[in-house]
Amino acid sequence: MATATQVVEKENYLNVNYGIKSWLLTTDHKRIGLLYLFTITMFFFLGGFFALLIRLELLTPSGDMVQTDIYNRLFTMHGIVMIFLFLIPSIPAVFGNFFIPMMIGARDMAFPKINLLSWYLLLGGGALILYSIVTGGTDTGWTFYAPFSTQYSNSQVIAAALGIFVAGFSSILTGLNFIVTIHRMRAPGLTWVRLPLFIWSNYATAIIQVLGTPVLAITLALVFLERVFHIGFFNAQLGGDPLLFQHLFWFYSHPAVYIMILPSMGVISEVIPCFARKRIFGYAFVAMSSIAIAVFGFLVWAHHMFVSGMSVYAALVFSLLSYAVAVPSAVKVFNWTATMYKGSIHLRTPMLYALGFIGLFTMGGMTGLFLACLGIDVHVTDTYFVVAHFHYIMVGGAVMGYMAALHFWWPKITGKMYSEVWGKVAAVIIFLGFNLTFFPLFVAGYMGMPRRYHVYAPEFQVLNVFSTAGASILGIGYLLPLIYLFWSLRYGKPAGDNPWSAAGLEWTAASPPPTHNFEETPVVTWEAYNYHELPDMPEEDAGVSRI
Amino acid sequence: MSAESSHGSFIAGNLASSVSAHALQHQFADLEQQRESSTLGMWVFLITEVMFFGGMFAVYLINRALHPVAFLEASQHMLFWAGAVNTIVLICSSLFVALAVHAAQEGHRKQIVCFLLLALLLGLVFLGIKGYEYHGHWVEHKVPGPAFQFEGTDPIHSEVFFELYFVMTGFHALHMLIGVGLVAAIAWFAWRGHYTPAYHNAVDNVGLYWHFVDIIWIFLFPLLYLISHKHVP
Repeated sequence: MATATQVVEKENYLNVNYGIKSWLLTTDHKRIGLLYLFTITMFFFLGGFFALLIRLELLTPSGDMVQTDIYNRLFTMHGIVMIFLFLIPSIPAVFGNFFIPMMIGARDMAFPKINLLSWYLLLGGGALILYSIVTGGTDTGWTFYAPFSTQYSNSQVIAAALGIFVAGFSSILTGLNFIVTIHRMRAPGLTWVRLPLFIWSNYATAIIQVLGTPVLAITLALVFLERVFHIGFFNAQLGGDPLLFQHLFWFYSHPAVYIMILPSMGVISEVIPCFARKRIFGYAFVAMSSIAIAVFGFLVWAHHMFVSGMSVYAALVFSLLSYAVAVPSAVKVFNWTATMYKGSIHLRTPMLYALGFIGLFTMGGMTGLFLACLGIDVHVTDTYFVVAHFHYIMVGGAVMGYMAALHFWWPKITGKMYSEVWGKVAAVIIFLGFNLTFFPLFVAGYMGMPRRYHVYAPEFQVLNVFSTAGASILGIGYLLPLIYLFWSLRYGKPAGDNPWSAAGLEWTAASPPPTHNFEETPVVTWEAYNYHELPDMPEEDAGVSRI
Repeated sequence: MSAESSHGSFIAGNLASSVSAHALQHQFADLEQQRESSTLGMWVFLITEVMFFGGMFAVYLINRALHPVAFLEASQHMLFWAGAVNTIVLICSSLFVALAVHAAQEGHRKQIVCFLLLALLLGLVFLGIKGYEYHGHWVEHKVPGPAFQFEGTDPIHSEVFFELYFVMTGFHALHMLIGVGLVAAIAWFAWRGHYTPAYHNAVDNVGLYWHFVDIIWIFLFPLLYLISHKHVP
C-alpha cells in the first residue's frame, strides 16, 4: 500500500537511489553535473583564498605579509586553480552536462561513461595540482614560460603541469561528448535553427576544446620532458626556442578565454529573453557569432606576444584579427540589448546577473581593443591594466554568467526556490564589489603599476586599498549564495515545473527531473524563445522573498 | 550467439556496449543512432589526435626551417632500411584491418579474427623493429641528454632533431601499443561472435584508429628518414 509520502515525492534523479556508490558510479548526466558543481565550487573557493592573500599583501606598498617567493606561488596557484579547475569546466561541465540533453529532448549524453570519466579526470588533475600546492606550490605564473619553467624554477612545475595535462583531457572529452550529443541526439523536429542559443554557444565551445586542448597537452608534455631529461625544445642554451613555447602555449590559451566566456554568453541568451518576455533579437546572428568567435579565436594568439619579439608585419596581422573578434562580440551585446527593448522586464536575480554581465563584458571587451592596439599594448604590457581587463572578462563575464545560470536553473535542478531577496542582495554586492576591486586596477595599470610584484610604488596605494576593500566585498558576495542556496534545499518553497514560465524543453520536465528526463520523447514544432505564446511570468511570491 | 553476447558489459567503455547487437544503450532510440554517434565520436577523437601530433609537427617544421643543415646531418644517422621496412609493415597491417572490417560487414567470423591477428602480428613486428632502432641509437650515444654525442657542424641543433625524433616516434609507438591492445580485444570479441553484419561498430572504430596511426607514420617516415637519403653514399 502506497504511503502518503511516496505520493508527495515523485521519483526523480535525486531520490531514485541513494548511497555514495550511486553517485560515484553514476552515468546520469544530471548527477554528473552536480558532481562537477560540488567539485568546482570547492576549487573556486580555494582559488578565491589565494586571491584574498594576494589582495591582502597588496594593501600596502611594502612586502610585509609574504616574501617574493611566496607571492609568486600565490598568484600562480590562484591562476592555475581558477582557470583550469574552475573556469574551463564551469558552465559546460555543470550546466552543459545537466541541460544540453534536456534542452534537446534527449535521455542522456551520447557517451555517459565517457562523461563520468571526464569528471574523474578533472578530479585526477585537481589532485595533482593540490599535491603541487601542499608541497610548496608553483611559481612560474599560470603561463609556464620557458626556460624558467623548464630549467630555473625550483618549484613544483612537474606536478602542476601534469595536473593541467590530465584536467585537459577532461575538457577534451566533455567537448567531444557535446559535439556528438548535439549532432546526433536532438529530438524529432528540433532543427539546428530551433536550438536554444545555449546549445549553439556550447557547441562553439566544444569545437575550441577539441581543437585547442590537445595542443596544450603536447606543449605541457614537451615542458615535462625538457624539465625531466634536461633536453631543450624551448631552452635556447640547449638549441631550443623560447618563443616557440609562447606560440604553442597561446595557441591554446587564447582560445581558452573563449572556452570560458562563450558558455556564459549562451546563458545570457537564455536569461534575457525569459526575463524580458520576448523572442531573442536576431537569432541567427547570435548563433553564428558564437561560431565566428570560436573561429577568430584561433587566429589571434600572438597578441599576447607583441613585446616578445616578432616581425612587425606579423604583429599587424594579429592586431587586425584581434580587432575582428570584437565584431561578433558586439553583435551579441547589441542583440541582447535589442531583445530587452520594449520587453516587459522582470528584474529577478538571474536577470540582475545578466545585466551585470552585459555591462562588465562590454568594459572588458572594450579594454581588450586597447590591448589589441600595438602602440597602447607596448605601454601597458605586464601592467595591472591587463590584469583588470581579463578579470572583467573572466569574473565580470564568465563568473557573472555562471551565477546567472546557477540562479536561473536552480529551481529545475533542486525543485526548490531560493530567497529572491537574498539573491538580489548578493547580485548587487557582487556587482559593486567587483567594480571596486578591478576598476582601480585599470587606472593603476595605465599609470604603470606592473603585475606580478608584491611591492609597488607608494603612489599606487590609494588605488590598491580600494581594490582590496572591493575584494572583501566581493568575497562576501560569493559566500552569500553558498548560504541561501543551501538554505533553500531545506526551507525553500517547491519551485514547480516552470517557475519563470520559460521557453525551452528543459522546463517541460518535472523539477527535479526524472532520471530519463522526459516521459516520452518530445516532438518540437516551434521556434526557440516563443515567449509570445507563453503566459507571463508569475509575480514574485512574497512568501518566497521572505527569508 | 544471442545469449552470450549480452555478457560483454563487464568491459569498461564503449567497446563493450557496441559489441552486442542487443546492447542498445539506454540513451539511444535505435541502433542506427548509436552507430552514427559512435562513428562521429571516433572521428572527433581522431581530430583531437591530429591536433596533438600537429603540435609536434609544427615544432619539427619550425626547427627544420631554422636549422636545415643540422637536421640533414642528424637524419643521416637514421636506419633507412628499418624505416622503409616498417612503412611496408604498417601499410600491410592497415590492409589486413580493412579486410577485417570487410569480413565483419560480410559476417565471416573466422576471417575477422584471422585478419585482425595478422594486423596485430605486423603491429608487433613494427614495434620490434622500432625497439631495435632505439637500441642502436642508445649504443651510438644518439639519445638526447648528457650522454649525447654528435660529430657535425651544429651538434646542438642536431640534438634537437633527435629529441623530436624520439618524442614523435615515441608518441607514435605509444599509439601503436594502444592499437595492438584494441585489436587484440576486438579479435577476442569477434572470436566470441559478438559482431553481426548489421552491427559491428567496434571493428569499424578500431579500424579507423589503426589507419590513423598508420597515416601518422606515413608522415613521420619522410620527415625523419628521407630528408637526407640522397646524400648517403
